[in-house]
Amino acid sequence: MSALQIPARPTAPFERLRWAIADSLTVTRRNLAHIRQVPEKLLDVTIQPVIFVLLFAYVFGSAIQVPGGGSYREFLLPGIFAQSITFLAITTAVGVANDMQKGIIDRFRSLPMARSAVLVGRTVADLTQSVLGLLVMSACGLVVGWRAHNGVLDTLAGFGVLLLFGFAMTWLGTFIGMSVRTPETANTIGFVVLFPVTFIANTFVPTQGMPTFLRLMAEWNPLSATVAACRQLFGNPGMAYTGDAWPLQHPVEASVGYSLILLAIFIPLSVLRYRTATTR
Amino acid sequence: MRMGDLAVEAEGLQKRYGQTHALRGVDLTVKSGTICGLLGPNGAGKTTMVRILTTLLTPDGGQARVAGYDVVREAEQVRYRIGLAGQQAAVDELLTGRANLEMVGRLYHLSGRAARQRAEELLERFDLVEAAGRIAKGYSGGMRRRLDLAASLVAAPPVLFLDEPTTGLDPRSRLGMWEIIRELVAGGTTVLLTTQYLEEADRLADRIVVIDTGQVIAAGTADELKTTVGGEQIDVVVRDPARLADATTALRRAGGEEPQVDAETRRLTISVTGGVAALTGVLRELDAAGIEADDLALRRPTLDEVFLRLTGHVPDQIAEGAREEEPALAGVR
Ligand SMILES: Nc1ncnc2c1ncn2[C@@H]1O[C@H](COP(=O)(O)OP(=O)(O)OP(=O)(O)O)[C@@H](O)[C@H]1O
Ligand SMILES: [Mg+2]
Repeated sequence: MSALQIPARPTAPFERLRWAIADSLTVTRRNLAHIRQVPEKLLDVTIQPVIFVLLFAYVFGSAIQVPGGGSYREFLLPGIFAQSITFLAITTAVGVANDMQKGIIDRFRSLPMARSAVLVGRTVADLTQSVLGLLVMSACGLVVGWRAHNGVLDTLAGFGVLLLFGFAMTWLGTFIGMSVRTPETANTIGFVVLFPVTFIANTFVPTQGMPTFLRLMAEWNPLSATVAACRQLFGNPGMAYTGDAWPLQHPVEASVGYSLILLAIFIPLSVLRYRTATTR
Repeated sequence: MRMGDLAVEAEGLQKRYGQTHALRGVDLTVKSGTICGLLGPNGAGKTTMVRILTTLLTPDGGQARVAGYDVVREAEQVRYRIGLAGQQAAVDELLTGRANLEMVGRLYHLSGRAARQRAEELLERFDLVEAAGRIAKGYSGGMRRRLDLAASLVAAPPVLFLDEPTTGLDPRSRLGMWEIIRELVAGGTTVLLTTQYLEEADRLADRIVVIDTGQVIAAGTADELKTTVGGEQIDVVVRDPARLADATTALRRAGGEEPQVDAETRRLTISVTGGVAALTGVLRELDAAGIEADDLALRRPTLDEVFLRLTGHVPDQIAEGAREEEPALAGVR
């Protein structure tokens, strides 16, 4: 015990930021270590999207005409990617609500660590999981005939747009998780809010044929911008009709913009909630 | 360090949860290097008190300093100097014992190596080496408590808060926990522990603060508490039931107070001051009246009795929801 030296917390802003990042990584590692104990947690990001790919590709594939022509499966994959990335919010919401119920949160809150680290560590770990999900879905997509046509850079940019949107979703999920009392409620609320969002969009069917009101909602839906950005960057069909909506005409800019706005709203709100929350 | 003579100083702490007034102005001081026992029945406000002092809760009124730092304005400084082992073990169930301790070390920004080394030290000290590679979910209650305590000691903090550290432990584990706490204090750590067990406070604490419904109702050493409540008692068991009335008169003469009589067991009890002198007085009076006794004893009141007198109820009975029913000592130990 004599040799124990606890480093003093730095006061310079840059050094403090470095410490905050280190704390977040420590918590990230903890969350990823959980997966080793509960591998079922990965089902959400692996099996579920694969089932969606297969269902939609084979059930809807024959019935839906892609505007401007092209394969429905190629049209579908960016939609599935984005839907699965959106549902990441539910995973995070449940994870956060779970954390807040557990005794360990008292440990974190009584330690001199960065206040934001518990939440950042959660979102980064969940995002890491979703990378695995994207890989599985891509492989599955390749099997059913999906391709990215625009070269490595655009393909990576497409996944980059998806992951940025996913990061925004994890913070939306964090906010939901911090606002409810139980993981079950987090799950229900996440699902009730997000399931319609993923369907009132250009994910699975073209927006063209929708009634005006729905069509407008779909075209301004942040998710649609993300899906369209992927279609554009991957060179997948479905971009012939963009309507009058600005986000669909400039999908990459729109998706990035939406993501940044969501982050700017939900990061501060969530951190504020965390600061004031007591274990419930 | 700013910590002077007092490791904990709280003044007029108040906390409300909606309609519930959990703390109604609690004052508390703990001298450095001592054990303070915060004693109270369920719902007294013990956990609320600990949560405020460990920066987990903000008080609605009053102020508190721990290790010389204000728990609200200088929370981060406080967090560097405290360890907390809560009523609910604050360990990560899905991490191994070792990973739990290493994580805490990393959060204090120990290097990977230093954190590992510290974890090993603590695992050894708390007899967890064998279980170190298993996840905490599978730990027994006692192991979990030890791991929790180990986690709170990673940075060897000078002030330690233990919220009901032995609740739910079997007698052997409880003794082990007491041993650990005594060692820590011998090493210079200040400990504030809460308990519902009078015996625990009696055996462990240098000073006891009794709280009930959010208020301090008594404070002092175990001896002082026992004395304030009524000094000593003398029990006499009379051999011949027919002489009970005579014995009562004799005792009244010796002690001045009205003795309590239990005819069934032939037992008479009086409160006295003056210890052995009072006992001699009683003997003389009994002798003079020619009354034979089967048993004669001078004893101090137990803390249970102290508690009963102070609060009008016995803590263990409240725990079982029998608040108003039985003011007698029947249910105690
Ligand atoms: N989060 C909360 N919301 C509402 N009321 C609360 C909350 N926490 C505590 N209380 C109430 O405040 C009072 C004090 O509670 P506290 O947990 O501090 O008691 P305690 O002495 O620790 O009891 P126990 O021995 O059961 O642990 C109780 O009446 C309790 O019901
Ligand atoms: Mg309590």
